[in-house]
Amino acid sequence: MVVPEHAIDWEALSLRLVFGALAAIAIVFLVGPTLIMLLTSFTASQSLKFPPDGLSLRWYVALLDADQMQAAAWNSLVVAFWTTLLSVMLGTAAALGIARSRSAFARACDILFMSPLLLPALAFGFAALIFIHKFGFSPSIPFLVLGHIVVCVPFVLRTAIAALSQLDPALIDASYSLGGSQLMTFRRVTLPLIAPGLGAGAFLAFMASFDNVPVSLFLADERTEMLPIHLWQQIETNLDVRTAAISGLIVIFTLILMLLAERLAGFTRQMR
Amino acid sequence: MKRPVVIVSPSLSVPRKQGRARWAPSVVAWPSRMRSSQSPLLLPLAALFVAFFVAPLLVLVALSLTSDVAMTAWTAANYVKFFTDRFNYSILWDTLFLGVKATLVCLVFGYPIAWICARASARWQSVLVFLVILPILTSVVVRTFAWIVILGRQGVLNQAALAVGLTHEPLRLLYTEPGVIMVLAQVQMPLMVLPILTVLTKIDPNLADASRVLGAGEWRTLWRVTLPLSLPGVIAGCILTYSACVTAFVTQTLIGGARLIYMPLHIYQQAIGANNWPFAAAISVIFMVAVLAAVALLTLIGRKSETYGGT
Repeated sequence: MVVPEHAIDWEALSLRLVFGALAAIAIVFLVGPTLIMLLTSFTASQSLKFPPDGLSLRWYVALLDADQMQAAAWNSLVVAFWTTLLSVMLGTAAALGIARSRSAFARACDILFMSPLLLPALAFGFAALIFIHKFGFSPSIPFLVLGHIVVCVPFVLRTAIAALSQLDPALIDASYSLGGSQLMTFRRVTLPLIAPGLGAGAFLAFMASFDNVPVSLFLADERTEMLPIHLWQQIETNLDVRTAAISGLIVIFTLILMLLAERLAGFTRQMR
Repeated sequence: MKRPVVIVSPSLSVPRKQGRARWAPSVVAWPSRMRSSQSPLLLPLAALFVAFFVAPLLVLVALSLTSDVAMTAWTAANYVKFFTDRFNYSILWDTLFLGVKATLVCLVFGYPIAWICARASARWQSVLVFLVILPILTSVVVRTFAWIVILGRQGVLNQAALAVGLTHEPLRLLYTEPGVIMVLAQVQMPLMVLPILTVLTKIDPNLADASRVLGAGEWRTLWRVTLPLSLPGVIAGCILTYSACVTAFVTQTLIGGARLIYMPLHIYQQAIGANNWPFAAAISVIFMVAVLAAVALLTLIGRKSETYGGT
């Protein structure tokens, strides 16, 4: 069908309209709820209503007295920090092993390391609780970190392997032929080149750990309460506007971190 | 040329050929002297996984086959109990079906986003990807909480519906299955969009042009050329979205409430509430096997679809 230049191509137009409308709805759907919640958290009243009755920072100020929430937030940050650090170290090493090997062992490891993303994390959390209970331990921060590493390391591994696969092997060869040792080649050639990928992976792992519920649900107890669990319980029992305030804080911090990641590592490029 | 990267899809890494996603990651031709010596680098993480992932799962399976936590006698009673009680297996069915419905909603809305994104200029593409990624990084608890503000009896949606005159009574959206599906679709949408986008940007635009020159309209080109070529991305997106939706404990419990019980809450209630660990272990094993079976089925379909994208 040859369409004369002046005629409107209804078919092309209808496709664009339908897809454009669906995508527009989806984008509003994706961004809207978070925006509405952010605005609601600045309410001056006692209830979570949108649009809020008057704006104020009173619920953010009230967070200063919320001791339990602060303790939970601190625990979450500590666990997320150690999880990220260890995930990046273990994940980068494993990625080097996987990207450069064709062996069946490396392939099997790759599938094993990725499986926590597909398996129900809640089942793993429960299994981990049974496991440490079996050996007579009780839940504590180190076990939380171990559990979080298992579910967060896939993010680091994926970005690291992707970054390594884009690395030109000739650069490594060049370093060797110029007399660089393995360690020096890694430190001076490989690492700087894959750093943006590692940064993106570390960021994802940090957020995944900070937000984790299914594993923390079983491995955290009253002494080591984690922020997402605390928030979940708050929302289940009594809807407190302070919960909206801390949620607002989390959104703002996420946004700032993401803009930073975009500046420093070209985050959206790493994700594609 | 820069290779595209699907990070959020496990194992479905860098598509090797155009429009192709594989379970096995691609191998770069590394200098031979490097290849042999790198295997030990795998060992620390492998050791951690064996000690703290494989071993706990094995203990879980063992516990599910006993009647008490001391694991003294073997029995299949927990499994018999699950499959002979309608209440139990209807929860399993509801959960698996919930995942299907939420995944379909994600696909219907997610594919157009990826499609438009793949055609947008570099600048707009960055903006769109940013908007899509932002939700995955924002805490799930926070995003679900936002929906409570929206879906409640005095929420934004009900106010709007009342104002327009769509309804005279506030609609019940919280604590209903359509509500859960809607929120799950929003929370997990990025997992669908990103793999599809990766595959779409790799498709040779000449193929769509050829289809048009040969007389096919836009819809036909989409249906017969673009969609089949992007099928590996669609499958990858479906696998990720599905496995995330069925296990989304926070969204299921907060939006579904206490009356809509899905597998994750069932496990939690049996383990922590009823303190019946062996039975909770059996439910966990059944749930894991069911999810893996669903993923395997999708992978199989994905393998078949690869013939489209082949040379």
